[in-house]
Amino acid sequence: MDMYERKIGDVILALDNISLSFGAMKVLDDVSFDVRQGEIRSIIGPNGAGKSSMLNVINGFYHPQQGSITFRGEKRKEMDVHKAAASGIARTFQNIALFKGMSTLDNIMTGRNLKMKCNIFQQAWYWGKAQKEEIEHRQKVEEIIDFLEIQNIRKTPVGRLPYGFQKRVELGRALAAEPEILLLDEPMAGMNVEEKEDMSRFILDINDEFGTTIILIEHDMGVVMDLSDRVVVLDYGRQLADGSPDEVRSNQTVIDAYLGVSH
Amino acid sequence: MRIERDIIYIILGFIVLMVVVPWTAGQLSDQVFFNWPFFFEVAIGGLLSGVMYSLIALGFVLIFKASGVFNFSQGAIVLFAALTLVGLHGLGLPMWLAIVATMGVMFLLAVAIERLVLSKLVNQEPIILFMATIGIAYFLDGFGQTLWGSEVKVLNLGISEAPGFYFDGQILINDFDLFAAGIAAVMVVVLGIFFQYTRIGRALRAVADDHQAALSVGIPLKHIWIIVWTVAGLVGLVAGIMWGSKMGVQFALSLIALKALPVLILGGFTSVPGAIIGGLIIGAGEKLAEVFLAPMIGGGIEEWFAYMLALAFLAFRPQGLFGEKIIERV
Repeated sequence: MDMYERKIGDVILALDNISLSFGAMKVLDDVSFDVRQGEIRSIIGPNGAGKSSMLNVINGFYHPQQGSITFRGEKRKEMDVHKAAASGIARTFQNIALFKGMSTLDNIMTGRNLKMKCNIFQQAWYWGKAQKEEIEHRQKVEEIIDFLEIQNIRKTPVGRLPYGFQKRVELGRALAAEPEILLLDEPMAGMNVEEKEDMSRFILDINDEFGTTIILIEHDMGVVMDLSDRVVVLDYGRQLADGSPDEVRSNQTVIDAYLGVSH
Repeated sequence: MRIERDIIYIILGFIVLMVVVPWTAGQLSDQVFFNWPFFFEVAIGGLLSGVMYSLIALGFVLIFKASGVFNFSQGAIVLFAALTLVGLHGLGLPMWLAIVATMGVMFLLAVAIERLVLSKLVNQEPIILFMATIGIAYFLDGFGQTLWGSEVKVLNLGISEAPGFYFDGQILINDFDLFAAGIAAVMVVVLGIFFQYTRIGRALRAVADDHQAALSVGIPLKHIWIIVWTVAGLVGLVAGIMWGSKMGVQFALSLIALKALPVLILGGFTSVPGAIIGGLIIGAGEKLAEVFLAPMIGGGIEEWFAYMLALAFLAFRPQGLFGEKIIERV
């Protein structure tokens, strides 16, 4: 994939001095970093460092007390969940959040939710416009199913799927929204080596083929260093480092935090 | 489709109970009168009254399917809708306009329930939402009667209750029951398609499974809740019209909802067709039992037979005939 130059564009998302606390507990403390169009940006750090909270701030589940978020040049205090989804931010969850009773197909179709325009009366009637729309979007979903190589579990209720496949379906649902920015919260947690390789390949392909910007949280350092363009390191809600994988790897503070060196 | 073994047992058990037992009873006991035309008349009458149970059960299924909450207030919604309809008609509106206006009222009610109750309870346990629906039930029961009075009111759709249909010169079915069956069939088809194949239907099911994930793909929770409660209100209105014209619009309408419980257990809480099949089985079962089994054991079993059937059923198939099997991967 390094045959040609990847296009990394301007800053699409900037987080400035974000602080978030729940009562007395400080979850994020003055964190600032930016994300460029088309890059794979990783957030790493030990458990409880505030990584998932950061994603929740970006897609609007959490509203930080301080700081600002600049998305596509528009500066705001906090994101709104619905607006974030509508303006092209899709995500997966650390503890898979799928619609368990529904089939793979239906789960991924929900990702098309905001792209479908028929109103409730057209849908209540169904025949005609709503049916046509349904078929169009079904095609897009089939492309995603092919891309993720999950053709044979199309009709299976996702609650019955093995863990690795559930992770893939969740990725598919996020992709169905054709997002500008894709937030992946530990997409490879609990996977074996082979499954991790598959997932890494999907992430690189998504970034490469669709030009999707990716913000990735992952514990497997090998994976993170291989995939990422830039890495930000959090620890206890504070920002320890920010830079290329090589810079981060050789950063003394980061090494101390990970190895637990006492001063 | 693969037919599971326990379904076959259930069908066999049902045939034994409903056909073999009455027939044997007719042969053995002189208190039980049995001949085939009479048997079929009772069975068909039972099936058609079962359709009326299904109409109520549908309202429960809708809200359960779409929010994972057992809506205790469905009976009160039926009563409220019927009271509003009769009340508006009594004010001089023609029937069709009163129906349209009542639909509007049910929509406003859904908005009010979302604003005042549900929006405060996002991400709460189902039991909390269940308690909230109990509150809504008692409020609606009281409020409807304060608004429109508590005396029994007549609701006349102009459909005759006279037998309009004969088989063989012996079996008779009345027009009203056929009409009810037609309405129920239409509702099942429409709701089934709506839930399975449309964006909003999928969004409803998605919200039932996971609030956060639903939000992250841009499903607006509050619109969804308003839609579900409106649809449940409309289904309640249909049930209220049918039941109200059968037994008068009165407080007892809200108790009919209890008869929907065994229907739900049989059909499965999440299945629209299940609500219909469950209603048919309960309806036919209790009528046949009352006519052919009750004389042998000396008296009215219509009241509790449905619940016994439901209990027996729970042991075999807790998820109901068509309910989604509860699977948890650990």
